[in-house]
Formats: sequence, C-alpha cells, structure tokens
Amino acid sequence: MDISVLTLSRLQFALTIMFHYLFPPLSIGLGGLLVVMEAMFLKTGNPGYEAMTKFWTKIFAVNFAVGVATGIVMEFQFGTNWATYSRYVGDVFGSALAAEGIFAFFLESGFLAVLVFGWDKVSPRTHFFSTCMVALGAFFSSIWIIVANSWQQTPAGFHIVGEGLTARAEITDFWAMVFSPSSMQRLTHTLIGAYILAAFFVMSIAAYYILKGRHLDLARKSFTIALVVGALASLAAPIFGDLQARKVAQTQPAKLAAMEAVFQTGTQPTPLYLFGLPDANEQRVKYGVTIPGLLSRLAYGDAQKPVAGLDRIPRRDWPPVAMTFHSFHIMVWLGLLFVVLTLVGLHFRWRGTLFEKRWLLWVFVWAVPLPYIANQLGWVTAEVGRQPWVVYGLLRTSGALSKAVVANQVLGSIIMFIVVYALLFAVWVFVLDRKIKQGPDEGVTVPITTTSAGLFGVAGLRAGTGGASLTETDNPKAKE
Amino acid sequence: MDLNILWFILLGVLLAGYAILDGFDLGVGIVHLAVKKDEERRILMNSIGPLWDGNEVWLVTFGGALFAAFPNAYATAFSGFYTAFMVLLFALIFRAVSMEFRSKHDSPAWRSFWDVSFCIASTVATLLFGVAVGNVMRGMPIGADMEFQGTFLGLLHPYCLLVGLFAVATFAMHGSIYLYLKTEGELQQRIREWMWRTFGFFLVLYIFTTIFTLVAMPLATHNFAEHPWVWIVVVLNVLAIANIPRAIHLRRPGYAFVSSCATIAALTFLFGVALFPHLIYSSLNPKWSLTVYSAASSHKTLAIMATMAALGLPFVLAYTSVVYWVFRGKVQLGKFSY
Repeated sequence: MDISVLTLSRLQFALTIMFHYLFPPLSIGLGGLLVVMEAMFLKTGNPGYEAMTKFWTKIFAVNFAVGVATGIVMEFQFGTNWATYSRYVGDVFGSALAAEGIFAFFLESGFLAVLVFGWDKVSPRTHFFSTCMVALGAFFSSIWIIVANSWQQTPAGFHIVGEGLTARAEITDFWAMVFSPSSMQRLTHTLIGAYILAAFFVMSIAAYYILKGRHLDLARKSFTIALVVGALASLAAPIFGDLQARKVAQTQPAKLAAMEAVFQTGTQPTPLYLFGLPDANEQRVKYGVTIPGLLSRLAYGDAQKPVAGLDRIPRRDWPPVAMTFHSFHIMVWLGLLFVVLTLVGLHFRWRGTLFEKRWLLWVFVWAVPLPYIANQLGWVTAEVGRQPWVVYGLLRTSGALSKAVVANQVLGSIIMFIVVYALLFAVWVFVLDRKIKQGPDEGVTVPITTTSAGLFGVAGLRAGTGGASLTETDNPKAKE
Repeated sequence: MDLNILWFILLGVLLAGYAILDGFDLGVGIVHLAVKKDEERRILMNSIGPLWDGNEVWLVTFGGALFAAFPNAYATAFSGFYTAFMVLLFALIFRAVSMEFRSKHDSPAWRSFWDVSFCIASTVATLLFGVAVGNVMRGMPIGADMEFQGTFLGLLHPYCLLVGLFAVATFAMHGSIYLYLKTEGELQQRIREWMWRTFGFFLVLYIFTTIFTLVAMPLATHNFAEHPWVWIVVVLNVLAIANIPRAIHLRRPGYAFVSSCATIAALTFLFGVALFPHLIYSSLNPKWSLTVYSAASSHKTLAIMATMAALGLPFVLAYTSVVYWVFRGKVQLGKFSY
C-alpha cells in the first residue's frame, strides 16, 4: 500500500467521529425537549402532552442506541490507532473520560430503560425524574467530552514529564484543566448547536404531519415548543459563536487566520471575507467579497488593529486553509439562515397563520439536514483548524500514531467501518421512517397487565411484534 | 494500600461487573438458536431488551478507567490487539443491529438471518474477550519501548483459544441460568435441559483450562505461593460451581444465578491475582513488562479519579439496582404481539 498509516488513521478517525456525531446532538437536544414536554404533561395533565412525550421518546431511543454503538468505537480507537497520543494525554484526558463514564453513561443508560419501558411500571413523577436523569446524563457527557477536546485545543493545568518519545503531559491542576481557556465557550456553542439541531428535527417531522393532516394536535404543540427553543438557540448561536471566535483569535491564531484566510498580517485593519476561494499556494483569496475592517473589530474588538496572519506562522505549522475557511464560512451562513427561518416561523406563529403557510412548512420539512451539516462543519473547523497538531503546540498528529499498527490493518478496518456504518445508517433511517409513519398512539390505551409477573409483560406488550429492542414501543393498531 | 493497587482492584471490579452483567446477555445470544419458534426467540431477546445497553456501559467505563489509570497498558493492549479489537467492535455493533432489525419485518428468512447473526456476533465477541484474557495471562511480546511486537496470528495460541472457548462456555451457562430465571412453563423446562448441557460444557473446559494454566503458565501461580490466603477464593470458587448443579436440581434458579455470578466474580478475581502486579507481562524480557507502576498515570490523577469513583460509584450501584428491580419478574409477550 502506498497510502500511509497516518493518512488512513486520520481518514478512519474522520469517518467514525463524523458518523458518531450524527447522533449525540439529537440526544442532547431532544433529551432537553422531552423534559419540557413531560413537564407540561405533569403540569396540565393534558393527555396530548403525554402522547407527545411518548412519541418523541421512541425517536430518542432509536437515536440513542446508535449513538452508544458508534461511541464505543471512538473510545477504542484512541488506543487502537493513536497509542502514542493515548500515552501522551492519558494522565490529563483520562480523568475527563473516566468522569464521563462514571457520571454520565451509567446515568443515561440506566434511566433510559425506565424512560422507554417504564411508563406503566413507575409513577408519573418517577418517570419524569428518569427523563430528567437521561437528559442530565447526555448533558454531563457533553461537558466531559468537550473538556477533554478543549484541553487538546488550549492545554492548561499540566506539565510535561520526560523527554522525547517518553514525554507525556501530567495534570497539575484539575480545575485549570477543566476550565481550560476555551472549554466553557466551546461547551456553550456545542450545546446551542445540539439544541438547534433537535429543534429543527422536531419541526421537520411535526411540519410533515401538519402538511399531511395527521396527528394535528401533537404536531402543532411539538412544532411550537421546538420553534421557541430553536429560535432562542439560533439567536444565541452567533452571540456565543463570536465569543468563541475571539477566544480562538487569542489562543489559536493559526486557526483563526485559516478560518478567515488571512495570509498577510498587513498594517491596515483586516477585512472580513463574506465569500471567496482561498489559495494557500498563491497565498491569496480569489473572487473574495469583503467588508473592510470588520475582522479586526470581530476578532479583537478593535477596528484598527490588524489581525495576525499566516505569515507569522511557520509554513509547516499551517492548518489546511481552504477546508478550514469553507467549513467555517458555510457554518456561519447556515447559522444566520437558522435565525431567519425561526424568526419568520415565530412571526407567523404569533399571528396564528403559521400552520396554513404550506410553503413555509415544506421549508421546515426539508431544512433538517442543514443543522446536521452546520454541526459537522463546526467540528471540522475546530479539528482541521487545529492541525498539524493533535494537542495544540505540543504533539503533532503525525507523531501520535500507534507504532504497532500497519497500513493494511487500518485499511481493513476502514473497509469494515464503511460496510457496518452503511448498514447501521440504513437501519436508523428505516426504523425512523417506520416510527414517523406509525406516529403516536392516539386514543389507544395500552392495557396494563395486572399479573405479578407483569413487569416484563409490559415491556413485551409495548414491544408489539418487535420485542427485542429498546426502540420497540409500537402502536398496537399497526399490528394486525 | 497505594493508589496504583486501588485502581488495579477497581478495574477488576469494573471487569467483574461487566462479565457478570453483559455475560448473561451475551450468553442469551450464544444459546439463542436453541429455541426454534419465533415467539420463543422473542421471549429470549425481550429478557435482555431493556438491560443490555446499560450492561455494555460497564465495558465502556472499564475502557475509560484503564485509559485514565494505566494509559500505557491501554495504548499497548489496544494497538497490539488491533485486528482482534476491530473484529470485536464489528461483533458488538452487529449484535446491536441484529436486535434492532430482527423484528421489523415478518419474513422468516429475514428473521432467521438476524437470529443467526445475533448468535454469531454474541459468540465471537465472547470468544475474543476470552482470547484477550488468555493472551494477558500468557504474556505478550512487548518491547523495551512498551510496544507490541507480535502478529495477529501470534495471539491465537492454543492456550488463548482454550480460554476463549472457556469464556463462551461460561457465558452460555450464565445466560441459560438467567433465562431459566426469566421464563416459565414448558419453555422453562427445555431451558433447564440446556442448563445441564451448558454446565457440563463449562465444567469440562473449566477443568482443562485450570490444568493447562497450572502446568504451562508458571507466571499465573507465582502469587499463590506468596499469598496462601488466595486459596480461600479458589475454594469458594469451587463451592460456587458445585452449588450450580445443586440449585438446578432443587429448581432454585435464583440460587443458581447467584452461584454463577459468584463463579464469574471469583474467576475475575483469580485472573487479577495471577496477573498482579503486571498489567501486561512481556514474554520477551520480564523487565519490559507493564506493571501497575510503570504503566500508571501520575499519583495526582489516580487520586482525582479515586475521588470521582467514591462520589459516583454509590449512585451507579443504587440506580443500577433500581433499574433491575423495576424490570424484575418473568418475560411475557403481550396478547397482540401477533
């Protein structure tokens, strides 16, 4: 094989992490929405809210199961493909991963069983408590994983022990590591991204039901809740995104320069590119449209100060400019589009005419891939923009590989992942499609078994023809 | 007791928790094809339906804790077992997909395809766990730079394959006993028959593995001479194993299940005793072995993690127990199942 272990391992990491990240943002965001929905049920006693919570729980469960399966791969992969990195960061990064396992995963997966299968097993309040715990687990999980990743971006609270091949980072101040310079901004921005995604996801399915004239009460209520959450999150995104970009300007100047394709520092205030095609070889931006001086104002809050360009960074430390620039710009434009869409939606909802605006509902039906793309591109910006470092300024990606692994092994596992993930994606789409077509259990009361042995009975009952899965809580009507 | 030893023990606890909990649901997968009727297969899958996902979290946490406490052992083992672990991931994902996919379509061919893949994936995953344990018991070709220097085929030594088969037999027995606990009527009587068979299979492999270990793995017994009290655990292990047929004979599935949990806990404990203080023994040069000291994170990290475990573990145990309590009792499929 001509392709190196490095290229293949990076390719495999990109493939597996991007595939994995299709699922966690929906779990985080939808988990929060479930809490809101079930709280409204408890407060009002309106069975509409109960049907709504049950319906979205089914979707949540499908998504969660795939997230767990692809998440195990991520944890294994640090050791299998990036052993040198694991040795280097284990002391620091490990505390965060261990915290995630102990505080988040058990909480999520334990209470998920009650959330999905426990409707008739526990009291409504206990069930609501379980829903809150699942949402909290997803939230904890995001905290620790962002903490670990942020440490790679802006290392803090550590010192380097040993030299050369045996050098590694050791923790000196746990809280300085947790609150590394970028962690809180990045956490907020990631959570906002997850809420936008979940809101658009719910709006898409709800708009589809409204257009088809099905499950109208549930669809309208769901759409409204998601629209409010989506609008708030979309408005918050640029504000917190700006805070985060300022932090990047301060802590990772090479990344910022690549995000904005600033090749020369110059002496004048730096313009902001609205569009353009950066060319790293010629060190200029083709077909660029700019707003003069805006980047200086955004990055430093000082309209006069020129932004540090790539000319101040050794060429061997440049990140890939075009990919970072485009990922970042498309994400920002999508973010602005979400603001416009949700504000237009709120405007018509306020006037009470939203649900008659069929064209707008169709826009919401088809808008759902966009927040997925925006979330992915945000991470591409963060990770590609950090290159050539895996731990910024300390450890190069090329020096982080497993020494015991050869190219053919990685090639084999990439092929395996492509096959398995294609299959997994097919399952996910197939099951999701069925859940959506089936819709909520409207007006059907699921009989409650009264035998002493009924605990699994209800699980089986709810499982319908399916039975074997966390996600099977079928509508009995569909079972003829 | 220092923190390195504490974390060695805690990893053992996580591993035992994983082997006991995911052990029975892997075991259910291994014996899955023994029933033929669709409804009965669904009962089997439903018995682990709400629980397998949480059980797998023990593996995730074990991996995270190994990474954090002993990053060098994590890095060496995971990169050394590259191909084996990729196949393991494949099996674990396929297992989850089989459970999700199986009942979504009525065609018998479709269902039997996913049933077979559920069984194969469960068996392969268990076999690989056993092979990995066998390799760790035997020692691995680790160089002075802590890197694995062997090959994938080198991991398939007869001893390691024997331990792999032993793991399959253990989980098959454990899963059968769990099913005996969860089913009723005529199906339960048939499961009782397999319990005897899987127990026989387990007993034969237990004896073979023990003899092979005592004869050919001198490393595994060095701690027994220094710490004779470990023999108490060996005796308890034998008593637990002996109690399984007794409980089956008395038709007390609860006792049988507790005994098989105790057996797995004891085996994990003995695995730890055989290993200590090594995490990975170097078959090239004992000085290059990764020990609980040479592979460990700094004292500070181990202390932080110990605090987290002290804060988190009581909650984990509490709500794991609550969830198991909520889902206690026999499996029953509803009348509109189809």
